[in-house]
Amino acid sequence: MSDRANLTSSSPPRSAWSYARFQQRLAPYVFTSPFFILFLIFGLFPLGFSLFLAFHLWNPLDGLGNWKFVGWENFALALGPSDQFWVALKHTIWIGLLSGIPQHLVALPLAFVIHQFLRRWQSAVSTVLFLPYITNAVAITIVFGMLYSEHLGLLNYLLHLVGLGPVRWLALPQLVPYSVAAVVFWRYVGWNVILYLSGLQAISEDVYEAATVDGASPWQKFWYITLPLLRPMMFYAFTLTIVGNMQLFEEPFIMTGQGGGSGGAALTSAMHIFNTAFRDLDMGYASAMSWLLFLAIFVLSMVNNYLFSRDGGRDV
Amino acid sequence: MTTQPLNTPPLDTPAAPPRPPRRALRLPVGRAALWLFVGLACFLSVVPFYLMFVWASLPTDQIFLVPPHLWFGGAVVENFHKMMNATSGMALRQFWNSLYISMLSTATTLFFCSLAGFAFAMYEFKGKAYLFGFILLTMLIPPLVMDIPSFLVMNNFLHWIGTPKTLWVPGMANAFGIFLMRQYIMSALPKSLIEAARLDGATEFGIFTKVVVPLIRPILATLGVVTFVGSWNNFKGALIMKLSEDNTMTLPLSLRKITGGATNINADWGATLMMVVLTVIPLLIIFLFASRQVISGLTSGAVKD
Repeated sequence: MSDRANLTSSSPPRSAWSYARFQQRLAPYVFTSPFFILFLIFGLFPLGFSLFLAFHLWNPLDGLGNWKFVGWENFALALGPSDQFWVALKHTIWIGLLSGIPQHLVALPLAFVIHQFLRRWQSAVSTVLFLPYITNAVAITIVFGMLYSEHLGLLNYLLHLVGLGPVRWLALPQLVPYSVAAVVFWRYVGWNVILYLSGLQAISEDVYEAATVDGASPWQKFWYITLPLLRPMMFYAFTLTIVGNMQLFEEPFIMTGQGGGSGGAALTSAMHIFNTAFRDLDMGYASAMSWLLFLAIFVLSMVNNYLFSRDGGRDV
Repeated sequence: MTTQPLNTPPLDTPAAPPRPPRRALRLPVGRAALWLFVGLACFLSVVPFYLMFVWASLPTDQIFLVPPHLWFGGAVVENFHKMMNATSGMALRQFWNSLYISMLSTATTLFFCSLAGFAFAMYEFKGKAYLFGFILLTMLIPPLVMDIPSFLVMNNFLHWIGTPKTLWVPGMANAFGIFLMRQYIMSALPKSLIEAARLDGATEFGIFTKVVVPLIRPILATLGVVTFVGSWNNFKGALIMKLSEDNTMTLPLSLRKITGGATNINADWGATLMMVVLTVIPLLIIFLFASRQVISGLTSGAVKD
């Protein structure tokens, strides 16, 4: 024993040993440091800068330092009656609901049916349904724009076949939110199916067997077993939908143009902030609005969290 | 919650243990309705892709016809030339710009995220829990809040505006990738493997490249595809960072430029649709090769707790 101790502390092996230990201790810090360095430069500093700007008036063309402190004025302006902030937020939430609610109402039963009855086709079907999710938003929005075309689009042609007049999908302010929401729905419904499918796969078969023994009907199994056990996945999927929909930008931006189309009906918060920052070059005001939107996303996520945890104890 | 229903399926296998055969649905009508439901969903998912390929092969004056033309035409070459003209000969250059940025982004993300994930999964070190908790916390920041300040950092501090660096450098080591890698490495690799390599005299970085990397190929594929697709589709980033010259543009920006908005009826739709196809084809190729891996890797990593 003491020989061994001597061996490790004798001079030549010792330095090698301590180098090994040294790099072993240091390694995790070196390996994780890229994230922290990048976050410092491209995350933390910009965040702080953005918070700073939210209380200032600044055009980036005037250069660094030429900002004017305005206190809460930017926030007051956004929350006041004169600005489009509320209008854009209303559009965002409306389009978010129009696309988000049907997404889950369709995805959950679809996943259930695929999981329950189409097991052999499961991976093929989920691949097909996942396809829209990976597609380029610009490309697919252009295709949808063509489908929506008033006189020449396929959609109105189908309506024409059943004797209905042309619908101005992208020109009527009342209809534009639906037209945009349909594209968002199309892109993300498959993603939710995949989430629900993986949730369903994690539910043990034993629970269903026990229920069968007790004489439960398929409907009862769905209602009393599947749904409650799927809650964590539903919470996760809802959260992703809320956070994603509140930042909706590309679909309405490409489909209706920078101003949100006729009547600005598809002007979302993200577009309004983008326009304020990069078209009007009012960086302070845009920063303030982006923090307000962050707050709105946070509040909605908390509401979602509350709704899910409220009777979370009432499980099987 | 009294039970924990999501008790961690194995990460790389799409959990498919043999199950007892199910009782067939009693009513044939019910079964037909189910097939119809699923069939319709699949049909609607695929139809826009079919249409974009058909339209890209039609001469511009046949794309919008009443009744519509729904089969392939012979104008592929013509539309390709039109697309080149509409982009002042830069369409392929723009394709390369997108590819270059996406490949760099993917390579660096895979390297830095797996390295950090390895460290968080396999080492004990002071402050580990805090550092990892901090990384998770950063995932709560909505990307939208970063748009303006990152533009300002690129514009006023680094002077990178208009260069590809703006798109791939900031995301090289990101929270999602590190999280995904850590989860996988923790569940797939035993610590004893690392010990054994260490006894054999491997350096820590050598262990990573020679032992860890070959064993985490499935999750590298998942993160690789996700990163590539995300980077390839990054429209807003390119718009904000002003990659707006004909020769610095990425494909999505160029696509928007040649249509001038989706409602512009005077655009050259043959050229536009050809570029739509050019934009979507790499995604389809990658996806058809890796879809299973991506789907199972994504959902298992994303929904652990």
